[in-house]
Amino acid sequence: MTNFTRRGTLAAGALAGLAPLARPALGQGRYPARPVQVIVPWGAGGGTDATARIVASLLEKEMGQPFNVVNRTGGSGVVGHSAIAQGAPDGYTIGMITVEICMMHWQGLTELKRTSYTPLALMNEDPPGVQVNASSPYRDIKALADAIKASRPGQFKASGTGQGGIWHLALAGWLGAMGLRADHVRWVPSNGAAPAMQDLAAGGIDIVTCSVPEARAIIEAGRARSLAIMAPQRNPQFASVPTLNETLGINYSVGAWRGIAAPLNLPAPIAQQLTAALQKVWNSQEFKDFMNARGFGMVWGDAAGFASHMERTDATLGAAMREAGLARG
Amino acid sequence: MTAFLEAIRLVAAPDVLIAIMASAVYGLVVGSLPGLSATMATALLVPVTFYLSPIAAIATIITASAMAIFSGDIPGALMRIPGTPASAAYTDEAYAMTRKGQAELALGAGLWFSAIGGIVGTLSLILMAPMLAEMALSFSTFEYFWLAFLGLMCATLVARSSPIKAIAAMLLGLLFACVGIENPGGVPRFTFGVTDLLGGIEPIPALVGVFAVSEVMRAMMTPEPPPLPRRRFGSILAGQWALTKKYQWPMWRGNIVGIIIGVLPGAGADMAAWVSYATAKRFSKEPEKFGTGHPEGLVEAGASNNASLASGWVPSLLFGIPGDTITAIAIGVLYMKGLNPGPTLFTERASSMYALYIIFVLANIIMIPLGILMIRMASLVLRAPRSAVMPVIMLLCAVGAFATGNNLFSVMLVGLFGIIGFVMERNGYPVAALVLGIVMGTMVEQNFVTSLIKSDGDVLPFFERPVSSVLAAMTIAALLWPAAVWTLRRLRRAEPAR
Repeated sequence: MTNFTRRGTLAAGALAGLAPLARPALGQGRYPARPVQVIVPWGAGGGTDATARIVASLLEKEMGQPFNVVNRTGGSGVVGHSAIAQGAPDGYTIGMITVEICMMHWQGLTELKRTSYTPLALMNEDPPGVQVNASSPYRDIKALADAIKASRPGQFKASGTGQGGIWHLALAGWLGAMGLRADHVRWVPSNGAAPAMQDLAAGGIDIVTCSVPEARAIIEAGRARSLAIMAPQRNPQFASVPTLNETLGINYSVGAWRGIAAPLNLPAPIAQQLTAALQKVWNSQEFKDFMNARGFGMVWGDAAGFASHMERTDATLGAAMREAGLARG
Repeated sequence: MTAFLEAIRLVAAPDVLIAIMASAVYGLVVGSLPGLSATMATALLVPVTFYLSPIAAIATIITASAMAIFSGDIPGALMRIPGTPASAAYTDEAYAMTRKGQAELALGAGLWFSAIGGIVGTLSLILMAPMLAEMALSFSTFEYFWLAFLGLMCATLVARSSPIKAIAAMLLGLLFACVGIENPGGVPRFTFGVTDLLGGIEPIPALVGVFAVSEVMRAMMTPEPPPLPRRRFGSILAGQWALTKKYQWPMWRGNIVGIIIGVLPGAGADMAAWVSYATAKRFSKEPEKFGTGHPEGLVEAGASNNASLASGWVPSLLFGIPGDTITAIAIGVLYMKGLNPGPTLFTERASSMYALYIIFVLANIIMIPLGILMIRMASLVLRAPRSAVMPVIMLLCAVGAFATGNNLFSVMLVGLFGIIGFVMERNGYPVAALVLGIVMGTMVEQNFVTSLIKSDGDVLPFFERPVSSVLAAMTIAALLWPAAVWTLRRLRRAEPAR
């Protein structure tokens, strides 16, 4: 008897699970009618994951359905990014895409690029900074830039992320803007910003070009200094750090950004609804508090703004990667 | 003093106490499931911390990670399936003790010395944080290279089989570590155009495969052993005091090695357990007993991995540099809760800092009663028929591997490594050495290549820097020692014949 009931419950459960799948086809009525999956291509616990989770919890409040964050890791982000692109364009699979989508295709790692998605909203961007050891003789970015120009190629060593990563390209782009070769300062690949900052404090390298929030703890501990950020404006969180533009007149700026996107061909009404909800999320006090607490840069772009932002990033990074000899084909 | 009283008030708040209890149980359960590591237990807590007060949020992370590292020993001892990579070093030893009918002694040692290690590690955090942090900051890639290389040498020390086979297994592990794009060159290697291989071979699926799946396969090959005589599962803590007195020196050595390795960013509990198990064997009076169910290595390595967990917080709290993957997650939570890492945390937010210390001690104390409960429940597995246990293990392996990245590919990796592990064991190659190769491979390569880039291809800096030269000497000694012993023995044996 118990067995029978259990089987009955299972069957009912299975039916209940199937029912929502059929629903969008039946009635185009209200969206969202069931929980939405938010795919994150990076591991649980990181910055992208944390951002996606706060966005998801606020979207849930806004739209009245659960938004479940699913970490699809592997393949250096390729696996998760393809999972978003290959999802059904019905609004029930969305995801957080990151700047890597404008880099990986240049390296020939994947066919995926910015045009494989329906962009919904740009939520954040962190510009690269220029950090040196606290005991470094270079007091400002001008002194450092002059020293780099006067140095022999490969004399200065910089780090911040792996070979061909976003902060490597930031360095390459900055050097290019100064009229130097992309490898004039030698890149020392590292496993992310934190180990690079540690090596900077240990005196192993000269420059780290990660974002200022990533360098913040070591700077506050008095072991490193941030000389500049590569952004159009100063960051209100770190107002004392000047931009490259105001000091050197160089207008190079490509940051690490995060945005929400859906599979290609998402019906326009759903896309507009999601973008509108995301705008409310971005403007909410909770989101602001979270981003400020983590020191993440708040940059907004609606669907069109996000699309053009990606187009710009793609072109700039493509040029930087070819310059640095990292692009394939 | 007022700050300290304030800290007690902070910790005694009902929401913090509930958070500690709940995350303790959660950590114990997650850590005991094969494939679900302590890191994962922590990562899954992050969304929960959004809704907690700052102290409660940190308390959940501290408690859950300490519990998970301990309870990773449970499936290792009972079924030869390490719950976390940190337990892999001494899984074979603990399982051998279970087969000798000493399961309670093995598990009790894991529990007791984990708690001691955790508390000693916390004391080091309280008393020597600035000094330890200074040490961590003096480590550059040159030092890390030697450290990781020394870790690899442990393969030969830990293995019970011939050193040649241990080295062969370790080299195979290094080969697996080459796969993917996460290498200094940023070039895809051995990926055969498969997207899933770009990220490389993660240690968790490999570990679960070579230990758990191969164990299931072996069980299928052999007839069901006669059930263990039905007896009361003895006292878990009895005998631990005797062990503490007998192995006092290894215990302290484990604590100290754990603290030092824990402080170094990027090394972490896994490496601490390996190095400590190897030193226990190297300096033991009875190394021949290792691998046959001898508690000495468990004492040292069990203390070591929990000590490293606590001291791993030093660079995280002072500089925001994660000591391991767990503190990497914790740093994010600290920022989110306004407890920004840095020296000011120790001065301006002193009461919060004291509260963290109290939570550390508290977590390691409640680990003992909760751990005993957990062990008692888990030990029922020994009585269950094998035909019921093995399918559940397979299921857990698959679920655990899938959970690491919601990716089916890891499940296939688990299966593949199960076969590799099975074949290796049949031919006398130690699978633990393979796992060590996979865990350490990236670290060795990364630090070697980046060091050479920094020195413009010059090898001299590997020996010039003071700390680096000491580590180099130790590594080379570890490398040459077995060869020297072997030659000496050959010479001595040759003499009488002359």
